Amino acid sequence: MGNPVLKIRNLSVSFKIKDYHYPAVDDVTLTINEDEVLAIVGESGCGKSALALSIMGLHPKGRTKIDGEINYQDQNILRLNDASLNKVRGNEIAMIFQDPLTALNPLVRIGKQIEESMKYHTNFSASQRKKRALELLGKVGIPYVKRVYAQYPHELSGGMRQRVVIAIALACNPKVLIADEPTTALDVTIQAQILDLMKTLQEDTMAGIILITHDLGVVAEMADRVAVMYAGQIVEIADVDTILKKPLHPYTRSLLNSIPSKMSNKSRLHVIEGVVPTIQNLKRNGCRFAPRIKWIGGSEHQENPLLEEVEPDHWVRCSCYRNFYFPKGKTGEKHDVLT
Amino acid sequence: MSLLKVNDLKVHYPILGGFFHTVIDHVRAVDGVSFELRPGETYGLVGESGCGKTTIGRAIIGLNKATSGEINFNGTDLTQLSRGQRRQYTKDIQMIFQDPYSSLNARKRVLDIVAEPIRNFERLSSEEERKRVQFVIERVGLNPEIIYKYPHEFSGGQRQRIGIARALMLNPKLIIADEPVSALDVSVQAQVLNFMQDIQKEFNLTYLFISHDLGIIRHMCDRMGIMYRGRFVEEGTSEDIYNEPQHIYTKRLIAAIPELETANRKEKTHIRNQIAEEYRQTKHQFFDKDGRVFSLKKISDTHSVAMQ
Amino acid sequence: MLKFLLRRTLIMIPQLFILSVLIFLLAKSMPGDALTGQIGPQIDAERLIELREKAGLNDPWHEQYARWIGNVIQGDFGKSAIYQQKVTNLIGDRLGNTLLLSASILLVSYLIAIPLGIIAGRWTDSWVDKLIVWYNYLAFATPLFVFALIILFIFGFTLQWFPIGGSVDIQADKGTMDYVLSKTEHLVLPTMAGSLLATFGTIQYLRNEIIDTKIKDFVKTARSKGVPERKVYSQHIFRNSLLPIAAFLGYEITGLIGGSIFLESIFSYPGLGQLFLSSISSRDFSVVNILVLISGSAAIVGTMLSDLILSWVDPRIRVD
Repeated sequence: MGNPVLKIRNLSVSFKIKDYHYPAVDDVTLTINEDEVLAIVGESGCGKSALALSIMGLHPKGRTKIDGEINYQDQNILRLNDASLNKVRGNEIAMIFQDPLTALNPLVRIGKQIEESMKYHTNFSASQRKKRALELLGKVGIPYVKRVYAQYPHELSGGMRQRVVIAIALACNPKVLIADEPTTALDVTIQAQILDLMKTLQEDTMAGIILITHDLGVVAEMADRVAVMYAGQIVEIADVDTILKKPLHPYTRSLLNSIPSKMSNKSRLHVIEGVVPTIQNLKRNGCRFAPRIKWIGGSEHQENPLLEEVEPDHWVRCSCYRNFYFPKGKTGEKHDVLT
Repeated sequence: MSLLKVNDLKVHYPILGGFFHTVIDHVRAVDGVSFELRPGETYGLVGESGCGKTTIGRAIIGLNKATSGEINFNGTDLTQLSRGQRRQYTKDIQMIFQDPYSSLNARKRVLDIVAEPIRNFERLSSEEERKRVQFVIERVGLNPEIIYKYPHEFSGGQRQRIGIARALMLNPKLIIADEPVSALDVSVQAQVLNFMQDIQKEFNLTYLFISHDLGIIRHMCDRMGIMYRGRFVEEGTSEDIYNEPQHIYTKRLIAAIPELETANRKEKTHIRNQIAEEYRQTKHQFFDKDGRVFSLKKISDTHSVAMQ
Repeated sequence: MLKFLLRRTLIMIPQLFILSVLIFLLAKSMPGDALTGQIGPQIDAERLIELREKAGLNDPWHEQYARWIGNVIQGDFGKSAIYQQKVTNLIGDRLGNTLLLSASILLVSYLIAIPLGIIAGRWTDSWVDKLIVWYNYLAFATPLFVFALIILFIFGFTLQWFPIGGSVDIQADKGTMDYVLSKTEHLVLPTMAGSLLATFGTIQYLRNEIIDTKIKDFVKTARSKGVPERKVYSQHIFRNSLLPIAAFLGYEITGLIGGSIFLESIFSYPGLGQLFLSSISSRDFSVVNILVLISGSAAIVGTMLSDLILSWVDPRIRVD
């Protein structure tokens, strides 16, 4: 694992709803190193996508308030003006989006879409740009590069389009790559190919990859380190083996227990009681996961839980993990309370 | 005795083309598929997008017309029935859809959504109807008082359960579940899957479980058919398919499932590449020269593979 | 592309046929016929029957229709009973005027609407946007004839900046610069009246389309490439937002030809609309039939034009 390339410090991202700003990302601190895959895991509404978009400066300005720091090469990119930010985006930091069907402009040929970022970040001539675009298409495993170069997005399959999206992101050799659910919209066999491709490409570029996903299987395949998010906060962060084999936080453990796996065969899956609170209804003091593990007494939780390093490089929020257990015979709570 | 027996089912769609927009070819969405469901079992239909699994489900319930073949339900061939005759059978076959957000009419109350199927078959007083609805709503683990609320007031998992409650209203024998949890978060997914297992016992249901997710299929199903381009490539029990896959496509599919295991990453990639290579080399054993999957051949009591 | 054109043209034939039958039957079912307008009070009934017989007005309708459509196909549109001249001559210059007026309304309304739509869509909820939306609803709510009269009154009568009737100065000779200038001068008021209100659809569509497009994923992709905001709009958002406008062009043309009836009457602009109105009131069916046939054909051609433009700008529906 290499040097840190991106340092996020006390990042909060708040959305304005009826005159109030509600944090969707709440005081997140993270470091991404070069040549590493850091997975950010959580269910919908946990703030993982809001985090990714804030790194790329893609939140609409009027409705979002962003505090904290995102430091890239000793400059806080949250403080950059538009022109300077555009020098970083697509050049130093690039992003791969979830849905390859919508991430490409339907009216523009594939080749032009790949070349676009080179126009702004390099002084390549048109022929150099074309050469590079063809080279990138080959790199992401597209056959008949010349033909695809001149095609429109709708002429390609979903897997091919996602390869194009990756080629676009790689065009200027970014140091940080943010992949937001890059395989969720794809079939399993295609998913395996895309994940393999991302791994191979990382060997070349040494980029730090932030992999945003809800799929722990994808995490197991790709990640070096994992940050688990719940209700806007990181609740646990450690290397991938620790997260999958010796998770500590009740949320991480519950998530892992709710996935059908080889071992779970036909038996009951664990069900996390209740629902993820919306950002307006979220109680922001105390352990945010406490309402969903009611059988754990209140005294087990901290009043103002912080991420603490419980083992070297293994950080957990709230002391409730110490005496956490799954209720016997009650796994798979059938009734849930409707508020 | 089987509850449902599908025999050589074909669903073809015409492709229009040429100068006068005439039929120039057919999309063979389902191209000669046979399988049977025994009462009380969960049968999985697995495959990637466009393989025809959803079309089979829709053909059974009558949303797609079968081009040829038989769909025998309790001894009656549904494809031979007129729309009117079919109605009494559709009472026994219900469907659960993928997207709990769009499959419920947003302008109707839960009461009306859940009562809708029964209104087509029986005349109940509003009092009786309300009681029946509240009964099933309670069975699916929701508070019976919610029947006057609207779908947007519920979470994804709760909506999916309302969808299931609607399917249960007519005491069906067979439920076709088309990707019932694909749109849900993992924890909610677990809730719905558990719950489907519960009501299966309680109501003695048979499931046709359609999914692209091999992990979920393994968790839920007794037997399954793997589909590729409108045809079965392999059929068998969970053990047959997951432990001894024979068809090269099944092998590829299974190798592609991400496991919660970090140890053998390099090895896994290696295996996938190996299978990809094997795929190239042994293709002719599994597909004819037009790329069509061969017909199934029995290799054990429970296990069939499409080979030459 | 050629195949597409050919097929669409072939489809047009039955459409036009049905249209012509309908027009003919409608005209037939109206009270009175071409002779009604010509008869003086002193003509006797027997003479009238004789004239009817001679003109073939007592034949079965399909024979009359066949005779009429046969002539139309050969370019013989018949004779106007009122003007006592060939319909072809009657329509000739007026068709040119109407096309000129329609084209200039279309052009001016796009010149106004496209920038306004873009500004409103890009800076949604700003005060400029609110102003544009306000103007737009006003344009929607204002009846054309009221607005046209106001324009006529202010710029024609009161200020006398522009001529208030006709399509060209009677003294100008064809082919001279004066003639062109005079034509243009006569176009100003009707164009102003027509285009300022015709902007409604375009502004509304463009604004909504931009609002929808600017939150699309491919726009995020463009921003994440580091494309400057100005270019994000010009290269990605506008082009995609203009698709429905392009698709609407054909229908706009149809609408304008229909809308010209009001404008031409108010500004006494000698075009098809004015002719249509006077022919109807005098039951001059040979003229009315042809005019309806022309506007019907324009509608069919307009639809085809829309399809063509759309398939040309959108690769997804491009035809081989």
